[in-house]
Amino acid sequence: MNAVEIRGLSHRYGAGPTALTVLHDLDLTIPAGEVVLLTGPSGSGKTTLLTLIGALRAVQTGSCRVLGIELSNADERTRVALRRRIGFIFQHHNLLGFLSARENVAMALELDPDLDEAERLARAEAMLHAVGLADKVDAYPALLSGGQRQRVAIARALVHEPGLILADEPTAALDSKTGHETMALLQHLAKERGRTVFIVTHDPRIHDIADRIVAMEDGQLVQPATH
Amino acid sequence: MNELAPLARASPVLATAPAAAAIQPPPAPGLRLPFRLAWRQLRHEPARLAAALSGVVFATLLIFMQIGFKNALFDSAVLVQNSLRADLFLMHRTTEALWRSASFPRARLAQALALPEVERVTPLYVANVPWRNPETGLNRTLLLFGVDPTARLLGFYGLDDAAWDAITRPDTILFDERGKPEFGPIRSLLAQGSFFGELNRKRVEVVGTFGLGATFSSESNAIASETTFWRIASGRNPAQVDVGAIMLKPGADVAATKRALQALLPDDVMVFTRAEIAQFERDYWAKVAPIGFIFGLGVAIGLVVGCVIVYQILFSDISRHLGEYATLKAMGYTNGYLARVVMSAALILAALGFIPGLVLSLGLYEIATAQIFIPLHMTIPRASFVFGLIFVMCVVSGLIAIRKLRDADPADMFR
Ligand SMILES: Nc1ncnc2c1ncn2[C@@H]1O[C@H](COP(=O)(O)OP(=O)(O)OP(=O)(O)O)[C@@H](O)[C@H]1O
Ligand SMILES: [Mg+2]
Repeated sequence: MNAVEIRGLSHRYGAGPTALTVLHDLDLTIPAGEVVLLTGPSGSGKTTLLTLIGALRAVQTGSCRVLGIELSNADERTRVALRRRIGFIFQHHNLLGFLSARENVAMALELDPDLDEAERLARAEAMLHAVGLADKVDAYPALLSGGQRQRVAIARALVHEPGLILADEPTAALDSKTGHETMALLQHLAKERGRTVFIVTHDPRIHDIADRIVAMEDGQLVQPATH
Repeated sequence: MNELAPLARASPVLATAPAAAAIQPPPAPGLRLPFRLAWRQLRHEPARLAAALSGVVFATLLIFMQIGFKNALFDSAVLVQNSLRADLFLMHRTTEALWRSASFPRARLAQALALPEVERVTPLYVANVPWRNPETGLNRTLLLFGVDPTARLLGFYGLDDAAWDAITRPDTILFDERGKPEFGPIRSLLAQGSFFGELNRKRVEVVGTFGLGATFSSESNAIASETTFWRIASGRNPAQVDVGAIMLKPGADVAATKRALQALLPDDVMVFTRAEIAQFERDYWAKVAPIGFIFGLGVAIGLVVGCVIVYQILFSDISRHLGEYATLKAMGYTNGYLARVVMSAALILAALGFIPGLVLSLGLYEIATAQIFIPLHMTIPRASFVFGLIFVMCVVSGLIAIRKLRDADPADMFR
């Protein structure tokens, strides 16, 4: 079973003479449980691909199937529903400043009608333990370091047991040591739980966490190097 | 599952995939969490919360004071009507308000006596006449009532038997001690006994006081017997009265008697109940005085200012946290869900701001009543009405602020 199956995917920004095609007839398969890194020069289309996989943008041309859901022609409801089964990690943690670490993590569970409040908070707390923040459960984001915040964000991206985790430059705001530690933690947790991870990064120091590294150039995937 | 049906048909593989079966349309989220999120966000920044609340408090206060003063003024306009001690009233068809009434033949009152339900009738005369301030010698117009002292028609404050009896003597009047001070120090003059003054250039003796106060239609008032009235308001025909008061026998049906009178009397008079004659006067002032409009404007200003302040707070809460809102959208929260957070914040502000606004208004009402003699009364309908306005104000602010949520595009979260 593949987490991501992309066939002939193209994407274009704008329309008419100013239109800019940023993805060209792209194929990519990510088997479930794999940790894949996407590298490439700035402007090559990495983020565009990530937002398409994450159902944050409508697919224009080609097929993009994520966790068994075909996204070409998918309506907003389908995309929202799929997004709830994906974990997102952003360059900036984007935690809610007025909620504690535990409550921030629990936000990923709030839309699950099968869980009651106590269960949500318990799961969030367990996830914070797993990312090594047992003593920061009740801390507010403002009182956490950059690395700690990113670990809260990782806990939030993992707590609802998503089939796929997407991250775009997750280490960009961290120093290299913290960046590597954080990504190693993410890789460890994902492997432990059999989750699929797709990370866009410029950071060569985290290459060692990948099962596979894919490179992109001018909207096309070039000679997928095996790690 | 509905939206997935065409996809499932188009792709047999998808139809059997367990993942496809697991996907559900977004559940309709309840109100509890948006409300809690809104409250936590507001509470997180007490200074901003205080600023937003002060906007709501200000609007509440302004609206309560405007409505209070407006109603006090309109109440004062019908003070006379409300203190008339009779069941039905006659006025000329063309009369618009008491102070400028057109008179009608006194014979109509005698005709009314023909009905078995009618116990007695008594006329009321009114005229605007100049009073000469005994201190300054300056003339100022007051409203003079001419009544039969034995009829006890007027129920103004201080009108006791002694006062009524005193004006049975010719050329004596009772003077309004709550009128404007420009009419002279009536109370202190009376403290040394009755005194003489000049009403419409006729010498009259002031033998007592009553309390009515300045109204829309007059700055002060005086009461005289019918004979004294005719002498002062020279030129008034005693056979033409301004208001006819009709007292019914105990247990008589007021509405039925009113209909019987309308049928009995010629078209030159209108018949009113007590409530109707007050409403008639109120309607006149609402129509001619721009006061209703001015107070309405005051209320509108309060609402607009409150709306702008609440909107500013809600809007900047969204724009300063666009990243977080976009993140929530990426995580599968819908626009509608986040809109509920913003609306909850608006409603929390409405409720939290209204309460101190109400308490402050109660205090100001007390002060106005006790210190400047404008009786302002808080009533449950009034408080509910103002809460309704504040509620709508906050909803409108929220609805405008919500548009900013569209700028929170989760695709922009990745660069
Ligand atoms: N919303 C947008 N509207 C128009 N053009 C866009 C938009 N987003 C990206 N682009 C353009 O599409 C191209 C690919 O952008 P993308 O963000 O996918 O590149 P990237 O590989 O992620 O770059 P970087 O490494 O700098 O993040 C760029 O030329 C960019 O300017
Ligand atoms: Mg990018």
